[in-house]
Amino acid sequence: MIKGNFIDNLPKVYGIYTGGFLAFIIIMSIAEQMGMTAKTIGICFVAFTVAIYAIIGYLSRTAQADAYYVAGRQVPTVFNGMATAADWMSGASFVAMAGGIYFKGYGYMALLVGWTGGYVLVASLLAPYLRKFGCYTVPDFIGTRYGGNLSRFMAVVVLTVASFTYVTAQINATGTIASVALDIPFQYAVYVGLISILLCSMLGGMRGVTWTQVAQYIVLIIAYLLPVFWISNKMGAGFFPHFMLADEVSRIAELEAQFGFVKNSAENLKEVPKGLAGITKAHSAVNATPWAFISLALAMMMGTASLPHVMMRYFTTPSVKAARKSVGWSLFFIFLLYSSAPMLATLSKLSLIDPSLPTGIIGKSIAEVQSIDWYQNWNQANLMFVSDFNGNGTLELNEFFMGGKAVVLATPEIAGLPYVISGLVAAGGMAAAMSTADGLILAIANAISHDVYYKIIDPKAETAKRLVVARVLLVVIGFAGATIAALEIQGILGSVIWAFDFAMSGLFFPLVLGVWWKRANKEGAIAGMFLGLVSGAAYLVWVRTGGSGFLGITQLTFGIFGSAVSLVAMVVVSLMTQAPNAATQKMVDEVRVPAGKSILGKQH
Amino acid sequence: MSKQEQHWEKSKGLLMMTLAIWFVFSIGIFLFGAEMNEVTGPFGYPLTYWFTCQGSLGIFVILIFWFANRQEKIDEEFGFSERGDD
Repeated sequence: MIKGNFIDNLPKVYGIYTGGFLAFIIIMSIAEQMGMTAKTIGICFVAFTVAIYAIIGYLSRTAQADAYYVAGRQVPTVFNGMATAADWMSGASFVAMAGGIYFKGYGYMALLVGWTGGYVLVASLLAPYLRKFGCYTVPDFIGTRYGGNLSRFMAVVVLTVASFTYVTAQINATGTIASVALDIPFQYAVYVGLISILLCSMLGGMRGVTWTQVAQYIVLIIAYLLPVFWISNKMGAGFFPHFMLADEVSRIAELEAQFGFVKNSAENLKEVPKGLAGITKAHSAVNATPWAFISLALAMMMGTASLPHVMMRYFTTPSVKAARKSVGWSLFFIFLLYSSAPMLATLSKLSLIDPSLPTGIIGKSIAEVQSIDWYQNWNQANLMFVSDFNGNGTLELNEFFMGGKAVVLATPEIAGLPYVISGLVAAGGMAAAMSTADGLILAIANAISHDVYYKIIDPKAETAKRLVVARVLLVVIGFAGATIAALEIQGILGSVIWAFDFAMSGLFFPLVLGVWWKRANKEGAIAGMFLGLVSGAAYLVWVRTGGSGFLGITQLTFGIFGSAVSLVAMVVVSLMTQAPNAATQKMVDEVRVPAGKSILGKQH
Repeated sequence: MSKQEQHWEKSKGLLMMTLAIWFVFSIGIFLFGAEMNEVTGPFGYPLTYWFTCQGSLGIFVILIFWFANRQEKIDEEFGFSERGDD
């Protein structure tokens, strides 16, 4: 199936796949009617989808370097867009984004703007030029453009720091879903998740990851959109929620004004289980200062343009032209999910707090709420909690607490959708976490195998040996990530955002100036990467250990400081040292023109 | 100016225009977030809220496709576009 003119048959292959998946959902819902238990449905969904990814991973096996590293550079724009969207949208985006919007409102929406706006920078500043370059990895570009092993090695260091921060969170997410769906302890579920991830990437490298990511995108987008549309229709909020929830948004504002945001005492809050939060921020009002919003959005945008697992997806397109278009398609596919998250948050919040709706719990007696089936389920799962702080027997807005994940996971059940939807959502979350983890592990393993092992340690290594090294690294890095994930260190796992800040601190300016400033040289790039990463990390440590910070830069936006240091260091050091030689300048000229051969050969 | 320099000048011009539009919808409008939210935007949502949910995001999608097409035209004009179709 994957051989011959597989590329020409892509729409057909994935069309059949999508149809098959929809048929599977229908079969499952019939099985539910016939009495299949919720647990069995959950297992079926996760096992069935993971098995399919594994088959795709096996069919994509390869022994060629350019297939392993860049999928043979023949991925069509639209499909590369889907793969990038799956690569991009993590388990956190899938499970936690709607929850973040639900609890934090406007302040959190900066992430939506940042995580999409960054693609404009990718498309205009970097992707087409790096594609023309013909590199296998991001450090490959840095090492060739600036020259020398040290610059290449520094880029590998930044890439590893940023991606590893990110990947533990993803493996953690696959573990969480696997442990719930398969009902096994988290410590083992993490390794089940890891093995599923490695099944996709081990044999086929980038080629395997590409075709599984397309399959994973299809699962995750169906799993996200189907419940949103269904809930909206069931609540009578409108058949196309994105265009029709204005009344619901203003109704929430009205209820917020009516209930008021009562502040709970610290003593009362001690009762609330860890990780749960109450509604304390307005839903649609502007509740953050302009700088708080803009600095977070800016950090995420520059981070997006520096994260190597995203950039390397554009190395797989057939041409420079295709790379540009492909960025547009990526963002379109991301937009489908991101624009739905606020709608889900709105529907979820209104269904819970509006006393005039049958599902509304605010204003009901505490005892009544505690007797609701779904409340008991999610209370047991440690994702919901109520307590009668003021002792009046009635549930007030400030007495209701929920976990961020519950918005995606529990809303279908609250709205009375069949259990098959919850199984589907589990499969979608698994797909989202797996696809991102695969992209990240591959980015790290490829950088170490190609840039450190092949380019620095053993440049004469045979292709077969290189690919063995790449695969061994893949497994080692995966297990290292899983081991850290299994420790469940809080704070590290929650901080996906740090990955963006690390990446932008060390890589944003060395990448951008490599294309846009001919005068940038090796010494400048090394200084930029090193000082950027170190100063960003130092700022983070300082703020985490009680430092006050400055200019309103927080532990979520420390990349702004890191990248500013990186820029200054790079410009100053470049100007103080010798200009790059004529050959390098000519290379930059060639990168700027789409036509002609790529800088690095097809096999290198 | 050589052909290549002219091509690069035009490409830089396009980049500046793209980044200016990007700046307006990712940063510029949010300087006035509170004021703008008083206005009713498309589909009846408060305007700033709409931009954060759909508006800015959708504009970025369109902007990238617009940029890609313009850059292709520039490449063609100077004969720098790649051979073959994809």
